[in-house]
Amino acid sequence: MTYLEAVVQAQIEEMDRDERVILMGEDLAVYGDEKVVRRFDATRIWSTPISETSFTGVGIGAAITGLRPIVSLGIASFMYLASDQIINQAAKLRYMTGGQIRVPIVFRSCMYYASSIAAQHSDRPYPLFMNVPGLKIICPTSPADIKGLLKSAVRDDDPVLIFEDTKFWSQKGPVPSDPERLVPIGKAEVKRAGTDVTIVAIAGAMRPVLEAAKALAEDKISVEIVDPRTLKPLDMDTIIRSVAKTGRIVLVENAHRLLNVSAEIAAHLAEEAFDYLKRPIVRLSAPDVHVPFSPPLEGLMFPGKEQIIAAVKRLL
Amino acid sequence: MNHQQKLEAYRRMLRIRRFEEEGTRLFKTGRIPGAYHSSIGQEAAIVGACLALREDDAMTGTHRSHGHPIGKGAKLNGLMAELFGKETGICKGRGGSMHLADSSVGIIGESAIVGGGIPLATGCGLSAKVRCTDKVALCFFGDGAVNQGTFHESLNMASLWKLPVIYLCENNGYAISTSLKLSHGQLSIAMRAHSYGMPGVAVDGQDVLAVHREVSAAVLRARRGEGPTLIEAKTYRFDEHNVGLIIPGTPYRQPEEVAEYRANYDPIALFKQVLLSEGVGTGVIEAIEAEVDAAVTEAIDFAERSPLPDRATLHDYLYGSPLDQSVDRPM
Repeated sequence: MTYLEAVVQAQIEEMDRDERVILMGEDLAVYGDEKVVRRFDATRIWSTPISETSFTGVGIGAAITGLRPIVSLGIASFMYLASDQIINQAAKLRYMTGGQIRVPIVFRSCMYYASSIAAQHSDRPYPLFMNVPGLKIICPTSPADIKGLLKSAVRDDDPVLIFEDTKFWSQKGPVPSDPERLVPIGKAEVKRAGTDVTIVAIAGAMRPVLEAAKALAEDKISVEIVDPRTLKPLDMDTIIRSVAKTGRIVLVENAHRLLNVSAEIAAHLAEEAFDYLKRPIVRLSAPDVHVPFSPPLEGLMFPGKEQIIAAVKRLL
Repeated sequence: MNHQQKLEAYRRMLRIRRFEEEGTRLFKTGRIPGAYHSSIGQEAAIVGACLALREDDAMTGTHRSHGHPIGKGAKLNGLMAELFGKETGICKGRGGSMHLADSSVGIIGESAIVGGGIPLATGCGLSAKVRCTDKVALCFFGDGAVNQGTFHESLNMASLWKLPVIYLCENNGYAISTSLKLSHGQLSIAMRAHSYGMPGVAVDGQDVLAVHREVSAAVLRARRGEGPTLIEAKTYRFDEHNVGLIIPGTPYRQPEEVAEYRANYDPIALFKQVLLSEGVGTGVIEAIEAEVDAAVTEAIDFAERSPLPDRATLHDYLYGSPLDQSVDRPM
């Protein structure tokens, strides 16, 4: 099934399983959740006014008092409106009350870009939220992973932010049918085993990385692809194990270069895997400029297959 | 209110007063760190509202947080220990003065982000509706908060969905140093309710019985599924915004004004007169006063004797669901 179908199936299964799970958001049926909206009644599906800041807080208040909401924030650029409630309330309340309350809430945020919708619709905000203690953040890249991780997120007692790259929505992949098959939060996966260079692919960058890996294989270059799947907490053990094997690493992501996940991984590697590195760490990211509307300019923004291939070859 | 409730109202108002007086003294001598936002003068608005609720109703509050848990019936020991930053504090020393949340009396948070608790209380209302309970949520906020977007958005949703929430504005006339005249395009907070299609009433916030009447009526409406109410309790803050705050320049409120309120609109003095005029014996009142003094003294003693949090517990209370690996890797 497709990634989006897996999102829908995960939500339906979790809402069937636990009546405390509710769905909140704007125009839910329009942006992929039509099946979910049809299946459940008005006590489970809350179609909200355009009030991101407050309906996020409504979800948090509901989570504290017995429900397990999935709050659909829609296009990722709109989630900044929800930032105060996510950061100052959801992330902090358990801690600040000395553990008296819990906030079992899930926020879905969908990243659109490279589609000529300009800067205010094209954000990839996950790096900002990684800096906040108390949150868990996931960015699955396959239908099986989004299904398993969304389910884990719903069952987790802490606030979980899900960043879906919409480039994956129409991509098909095998998905376990067992509704109890979860993917654990905090565990990376080696998507392709290899020996020469490690590539860490964050979220949407997985697509060009997979294509690059195939092309490189034809040149007898064996790359190992690590998919963190969870950004917070980051599974550095899996990444370091790969670098110990290859000694070379390219970090690829679509977020802007400054203080992105790659920067965090690079810092960790410098601190903990220095002796394994045979060559300097390479980061490929979007430059520190806004996403332009005009297609030839926008095409310069996000690392593509050729860039990745060139970066790998330069390390060898 | 019946007779027992009236005595309880006096008891709780006095608890807030004595707790704040002693807390202020301890803050000034450096025993309590941080910032201290006293509720002295606002006791009737708080207690009148809290006593209209059941024990299992939810509540949210503000940085001026001390009166709320006391008003809802919380024990004083854990609150005082929290002010001292002790491990035995109600929030294990993680929250402090601006966040005295006691979940055992239904408080889910006391937010220092002005207006930050309004959506949360609205969510408590949504939760009650989904789970088919008749619980209600009481949401405390000040006159400054009504200009935050969260007020506007939350009241709209509560009205749209008929959520069981009582929005109670402790209008003490000033947001730090800014009066309503300087920040509100329209001076009636209660009237804003009409834009959202919900009832809005203004009440004398120094009259604990009047507050209790209005909140009780709102609670009844909410439990019956008739939706939310906005109540503007006109009250007054006797002390400065936070203890020790010196605001240079022309005073934003005249000393004569403060003196007038202290002399003629002290909610506790006013209610004491009401009780006496209803035939409550001075002995009964004195007994309550002695009981409250003893409770506050005990709370301070408990706080002083309690240990500070151990440094090894720095990372505690961050996550509920265990992680297979720690977020912070050892250096």
